[in-house]
Amino acid sequence: MSHENDSSMPVPGNDEAAAHRGTPAPADPIADPGLAPHEPRPTDVDKHAERRAERQVATLFMLSALCTVLFVVSYFAFDIGESTDTFLGFSTSNLTLGLSLGFALLLLGIGAIQLARKLMSDVEIIEMRHPVASSEQDRRDALAALTQGADDSGIGRRPLIRNSLIGAVALLGLPAVVALRDLGPLPGDSLERTVWKKGMRIVNDVSGEPLKPDEIEIGQLINAEPAVFFATNKEGDPVYEGVELQQEKAKAAVIVVRMQPKDITPLPSRDNWGVEGILCYSKICTHVGCPISLWEQQSHHLLCPCHQSTFDLADNGKVIFGPAARSLPQLPIGLDDQGYLVAMSDFTEPVGPSFWERG
Amino acid sequence: MAIRTNGKTAAQAEKPSKVGGVVTWFDDRLGLATATKKQIRKVFPDHWSFMLGEIALWSFVVLLLTGVFLTLWFKPSMGEVTYMGSYDQLRGLEMSEAYASTLHISFDIRGGLLMRQIHHWAAMLFIAAMFVHMMRVFFTGAFRKPRELNWVIGGLLLMLGILEGFAGYSLPDDLLSGTGLRIADGLMKSIPVLGTYVSFFAFGGEFPGDYIIPRLFTVHVLLIPGLLLALIGAHMLLLVYHKHTQWAGPGRTEENVVGFPMMPVYAAKAGGFFFIVFGGTALMGALMEINPVWKYGPYNPAEVTAGSQPDWYMGVAEGLLRIMPGWESHIFGFTISWNILIPGVVAPGVIFTAVLLYPFIESWITGDKREHHLLQRPRNAPNRTAFLVAMMTLYGLLWAAGGNDILAVIFNLNLNYITYFMRGAIFVLPVVAFIVARRWAISLQRADEARLLHGYETGVIMRSPEGEYTERHLPISRTEAYTLTARDRDEVFALPSGEDANGVPAPHRRSDKLRSKLSKFWFADNIQKPTREEYDEAQHHAEHELAIHAGEAHSADGHQFDGRHDVQGEELRKH
Amino acid sequence: MRFLSARLSAKRRSPLAGVAVLLMGLLFTGGAYAVLSPASATDDLASDQALVTKGRELFLVGCASCHGRNAEGVVTKAGTQYGPSLVGVGAAAVDFQVGTGRMPMARPGVQAQKKAPVYTDEETRALAAYVASLGPGPAIPEESKYNISDVDNEAVVRGGEFFRTNCTACHNFAGSGGALPGGKYAPPLKGVTPKHMYEAMLTGPQQMPVFSDDVLKPDEKRDIIAYLKSLESAPSYGGFGMGAFGPVSEGLFAWVVGIGGMVAFAVWIAAHTTRSKKGSKA
Repeated sequence: MSHENDSSMPVPGNDEAAAHRGTPAPADPIADPGLAPHEPRPTDVDKHAERRAERQVATLFMLSALCTVLFVVSYFAFDIGESTDTFLGFSTSNLTLGLSLGFALLLLGIGAIQLARKLMSDVEIIEMRHPVASSEQDRRDALAALTQGADDSGIGRRPLIRNSLIGAVALLGLPAVVALRDLGPLPGDSLERTVWKKGMRIVNDVSGEPLKPDEIEIGQLINAEPAVFFATNKEGDPVYEGVELQQEKAKAAVIVVRMQPKDITPLPSRDNWGVEGILCYSKICTHVGCPISLWEQQSHHLLCPCHQSTFDLADNGKVIFGPAARSLPQLPIGLDDQGYLVAMSDFTEPVGPSFWERG
Repeated sequence: MAIRTNGKTAAQAEKPSKVGGVVTWFDDRLGLATATKKQIRKVFPDHWSFMLGEIALWSFVVLLLTGVFLTLWFKPSMGEVTYMGSYDQLRGLEMSEAYASTLHISFDIRGGLLMRQIHHWAAMLFIAAMFVHMMRVFFTGAFRKPRELNWVIGGLLLMLGILEGFAGYSLPDDLLSGTGLRIADGLMKSIPVLGTYVSFFAFGGEFPGDYIIPRLFTVHVLLIPGLLLALIGAHMLLLVYHKHTQWAGPGRTEENVVGFPMMPVYAAKAGGFFFIVFGGTALMGALMEINPVWKYGPYNPAEVTAGSQPDWYMGVAEGLLRIMPGWESHIFGFTISWNILIPGVVAPGVIFTAVLLYPFIESWITGDKREHHLLQRPRNAPNRTAFLVAMMTLYGLLWAAGGNDILAVIFNLNLNYITYFMRGAIFVLPVVAFIVARRWAISLQRADEARLLHGYETGVIMRSPEGEYTERHLPISRTEAYTLTARDRDEVFALPSGEDANGVPAPHRRSDKLRSKLSKFWFADNIQKPTREEYDEAQHHAEHELAIHAGEAHSADGHQFDGRHDVQGEELRKH
Repeated sequence: MRFLSARLSAKRRSPLAGVAVLLMGLLFTGGAYAVLSPASATDDLASDQALVTKGRELFLVGCASCHGRNAEGVVTKAGTQYGPSLVGVGAAAVDFQVGTGRMPMARPGVQAQKKAPVYTDEETRALAAYVASLGPGPAIPEESKYNISDVDNEAVVRGGEFFRTNCTACHNFAGSGGALPGGKYAPPLKGVTPKHMYEAMLTGPQQMPVFSDDVLKPDEKRDIIAYLKSLESAPSYGGFGMGAFGPVSEGLFAWVVGIGGMVAFAVWIAAHTTRSKKGSKA
């Protein structure tokens, strides 16, 4: 295949761009010397090298086949589940299946590429490019056809039809939107309230045990929930379960901490929100809603592990670092007649991430 | 069933062969011969950087294969079940069916854990490969006309890939994926006016609801893969239609493409590469534990783990979220959370728009409307190169910011200081990186020019009779010289000047003025290739010097290596 | 755990009911014991006068420079604590801090680091006895509280629930540790002895909150320990854990090993093979 060195082929835009220049472009310093002659590989000229490469490729393929067999063997040979076989602390099944599959594929691939590199023709061939754009003639023809089609339709001459058609089609977007309305219920005020209410006991998460102040030491952290999550109704069924439990938990989870009362600087309105240095805060970060419970008992700081917003629990949950903008909502607490910690009301503001209607 | 050809004549079936028979049968019905006769021997140029997109393509195929395997057992349901499978530490717990079935795949399906891990590794590779492929395309200017639309398709593929990855990350319903969804919920709620509705419609009610995983499953296995497949198809079709770009060099011009034929060389190389990508991800799945969902536990909105991070490709958004100061406005009883809106909604929108529009912006600045099929070396487009380096710096910083807690633990750093540092660094360091990379590229252009005009440094030190020491420079080969000069001259866009026939000064629109300034910034400092006169003069000078030495009875040591003498058996440096 | 208490009656018909009831019984017994047993103000350690005397001697040499001659604490001029008062911290705190090598600190810093213990077991006991004699505080837990040799799988599962609720936020899902503000950190939990784990929960060393026996019951603590130990002994099902730091280390490996390896292959695929000089005829 001979190489053509003249660059007479028109490339759209290039002539135009050249014509735009004030002065003709200076000549290129060096003319194209053309494609370098092909140099043969050892496998092209040396029979031994060729045979060696052939053996090499075939060996790779055979090893790959061997690995495939090993895959099948290890599939049946090694146990998983309750009696997982282990090797060096790994699951033998996963390890052997992965290694045999991996090498079966890898060796196949390496073999194929070695075949291409060593034994397939490596003479570079040249393909000419063609202008991406259609020829002027084709463009004119296409445009003419388009115009003719448009004319034949008469849409252009009959604006009433055109406009009503456009209107009708555009309106079809509406059902597509309306039909999605039932994706979910409207928010209403559900984000503004939680299940907490006056008199509801604060219980330890997981175990559901109610809490008494004298059980809680200075520096203590309790991941807590409202007692209703552990309660049952008259039929003996849980009051909250499944998705409802998850939804309510996502708002109502709290942490209870105890500090030296002298360290706490409550707002005037929050003077009686704690019990002997025991305070209760929402566990849901006001940034984007991660549960926060990284409490530093000495500094009274609470850190969110997701984006590192830091709140000072001794100072009304004020943000002292990080991307959160609002203080952590505090739950006013007191004691019931049996001496257990209870909420004195629901949260006084919506918990969790900010939203438009929050105000 | 390779048809043996010598590359010059079509494979002629001398007598009706089996292959010929099959081909005839199909062509009688499909008429494919006309369309494919040229494609079978289609030429692809050979360069390692042209295979980066292939890594993404093959990872996608691996994802399809392993993904289908996983769907055979995965149950996309948030209905609660009691886990009774083989993983001891969770047996007896209430959890969603999605999580329970993920555990089932991991512990009770042979090869299930392997497939999960291959799937996850391939997903990480898929997006990473798209990134490096895109960087290659950007650095070499391969997005220029006529390939702008393919750049846009590529950008859409990247975006969809990231969404697809996030959907997949959320499906197992473990503690980490639930935390990710919780953050997504926070992002949605920050959207002004509509936020709460978006969140309620997405989750089918209040977070977490029991709709999100079935919905994401459909998105993950049907909607986005369908779009990805269609766009990949379009991407490849355009690649075939435009033909691949190539590096400049002797015999490689804007009008041709030099390389190896599709059949058989590229079929073997690309096919082989598929097996390598699959094999590589299988080895990763065998050896490296990824997303051990059983350790995270089922999702519980009251639980969280240290090191709650998204997969790497969301790291930038995560970093932005982490370093953003806590700004929030309350206007007329409404809340605007800038601290979430800017990093979570505005920034990704702006970045992706900029990525998609870049080819058009650059071509407007440079005024370059020509077709380009030869790639630019990164040094020959210093501003573009520096821009990407700056973006990579920004990306890296935000990425690091997204893992600031892990950095703090591993390198014993102060978490807060990392955040403070990043808040300044994302504005300062990209600019520094831009300036450094730009000057670096221009310096490399200068080095190229010196090499072209004055030859290469031989390392041979000559001492003149006067005692002066100089290093011999010898001319570079013609092939190299041509390769160095096979590039365009940059033209600074000048404002139209003068007056027209009626004596009215040429109008200067404001956009033209801006463009002229930008164009000057873009090109003015670049080193242009020498003109033929300059080159000839330099050559002449070198000849002259050589001639002086040639007159001597014995040419000075080292000169025999100037490419004009037979130096068989001699070495430049004698030991 | 939710289903064990909140859903008990719902599950009564299920085969799990028997187990659940048994477990509830055990829970209540454990809880009742913890509530009814006298608060361990002092224990026999502090009453061993010889041990206390020996402990005081050791204390004066090794600890008094920071904690004061009578363990009353040392306040700096700026008003911050140089070494806190140890009155009332109890023997458990001493056993944890000294037994894990955190005390004595090598140098003042934001956080005492774990290192090889400086004192022998006997000396640690003596120090603990001395500090316990200063005021009532948590005693070193008896071995039965943290002995996990005979816990069943149900307990391990429950321990996992408590662990994820109370501990993972700082210590990470696999107990690999995590960052806290200002250069502090929650240490990794791998290789920590059950006793030290128990003492840490009981006393809340440094920034760690206290999880008193009244709220997080002894058997619940034991379950957490059992869960962590079961994680340690479980096989690494999927291969190398890469530090168990979650997606950050996974992303790093995807780039370095994954993309790195694939690009290396790409370079090899496109690299020109060696050329032969001898047969050159083109």
